[in-house]
Amino acid sequence: MLVFDTLTKRFGDKTAVDSVTVTVEKPTMIGIIGRSGAGKSTLLRMINRLSDATEGSITFNGEEITSLRGAAKRDWQSRCAMIFQQFNLVPRMDVVSNVLHGTLNKRSTLATMFNLFPQADIHKAIEILDRLGIAEQAPKRSEALSGGQQQRVAIARALMQDPKIILADEPIASLDPMNAQVVMQALRRIHEEDGRMVIANLHTLDTARRYCDRVIGMRDGRVVFDGTPAQLTTGVARDIYGAGIGFSEAATSTEIETLDRPEVREAEAYV
Amino acid sequence: MADISLSAASQNVESIQASYMAQVQRRRLYGGLTLLIFIVLMVSGFNIADARNAGGFWDGIGRVFDYPADVLSEAWEKRADLPGLMAKYFPALVETINIAAVSTLIGAIGGLLLSFLGTRGLAKWPRLIPLFRRISDIMRAVPEIVIALMLIFVMGGGPVPAMIAIAIHTAGALGKMFSEVAENADLKPVEGLASTGATWSQRMLLGVLPQVLPNYVSYTLLRFEINIRASAILGFVGAGGIGYELRNAMAWGPGRFDEAGAIFILLFATIVFFDQVSSRYRNRLTEGQGQ
Repeated sequence: MLVFDTLTKRFGDKTAVDSVTVTVEKPTMIGIIGRSGAGKSTLLRMINRLSDATEGSITFNGEEITSLRGAAKRDWQSRCAMIFQQFNLVPRMDVVSNVLHGTLNKRSTLATMFNLFPQADIHKAIEILDRLGIAEQAPKRSEALSGGQQQRVAIARALMQDPKIILADEPIASLDPMNAQVVMQALRRIHEEDGRMVIANLHTLDTARRYCDRVIGMRDGRVVFDGTPAQLTTGVARDIYGAGIGFSEAATSTEIETLDRPEVREAEAYV
Repeated sequence: MADISLSAASQNVESIQASYMAQVQRRRLYGGLTLLIFIVLMVSGFNIADARNAGGFWDGIGRVFDYPADVLSEAWEKRADLPGLMAKYFPALVETINIAAVSTLIGAIGGLLLSFLGTRGLAKWPRLIPLFRRISDIMRAVPEIVIALMLIFVMGGGPVPAMIAIAIHTAGALGKMFSEVAENADLKPVEGLASTGATWSQRMLLGVLPQVLPNYVSYTLLRFEINIRASAILGFVGAGGIGYELRNAMAWGPGRFDEAGAIFILLFATIVFFDQVSSRYRNRLTEGQGQ
């Protein structure tokens, strides 16, 4: 379904993504883990074509993505939604307008300038917001919302695109644990109920373990692990993060429950 | 139980949809009205201007290019003289650029002080913010040419009145632009410096200026370009420089259009030159920020 073939991205003499070759057969929820600078974001941005690949190719259902230009590229972007760490909404516009931005690829500039979205789209946008539990925020400006609510608006915008793939670049990195859980559960539900492929960059191991069917580990631009969450042992995780023996998964956890686990208390005792 | 809450929820969604649609309709109505008012103002404004015009716009539009055509054709006939004339007027051009440079420098220093004193969160005397803002408003509101005419009346013609006039306007305009940049500056470094017991001028110099300097320099270079044009115009009212020569050449009418042509070429080349130089430098400043 989705195939990366020796996908490479260089910035000057620095290689951010180094010949990544991965095949995804069916819609899966995939978590990409690795420390900052491992090339996770660059990989997602290449899939959405926000940045161009230096070498290699991305193929989706037999269609070559990396060579698309102009309108064909924008059409692909509308089929491949992206969610960002900092939400990337238009702060001064209301929530529904932000969600309606998901349909921009189908509308002309003139129609969007005068805010002439069809009533059916507006109703659909509010239904999506309701599905994510924030319908009552519909008329507010998006900057007035909390981080977790803004991220759900961003997910609603992605859903409005009715995409085959949803890319999420550190979707919970700027959220508190409670909101992080709500957002991850929303992404999981979208994957299960709609059968959309979800690829998420995550910076905590336990989130990847808990929500994803497949985990890809990256280090210095290369894929160093590709398997199920069960195969992701502490030893493998230490390899991915290049961490020493003191590395403990629970110490980086954002889950509230882990607070009761004994190893965290030990870790805190060291501090 | 679950059914009841479900239907209540869906009803809730419907009411949200309805109220949002009403809001959208209202917004579209306002948008349409604004557009209508805009068009009406455009058309009526144009008609009034046309009616009050001495000759009428539609009769005159055909002759718009007559004067440039006269100048061009005469300059073309005497094109052999052009290099000599350009050399003749070069000192006047230098005088014009000189006026612009000095007034930009003085104006930028004035604008810097006005901006720090008139920005919320930075001002030394927060109560006097409105005073400094009004001062910069006044300096900006009076056209350069008015100040220059007044000063020429008092001090006699020459480059100094033009320089003062442009400097005053520049201080006001840059004060406004600078203070808008300073408003967006991060106050955390200022607080950090205040915690070490730094004085106000030290806080501004070390905490704010490094953040805003690239923008300030870029605005100042833009202002320098504008001031070259302004100082050329002030030459028309007797402030010296190339504007004075241009007025003379144009006032003499046919016969000296070659001189006017030479001056136009000089002015155009100067403005293109400084535009290129400053845009290159501005790009370096804004893009090279991270290094």
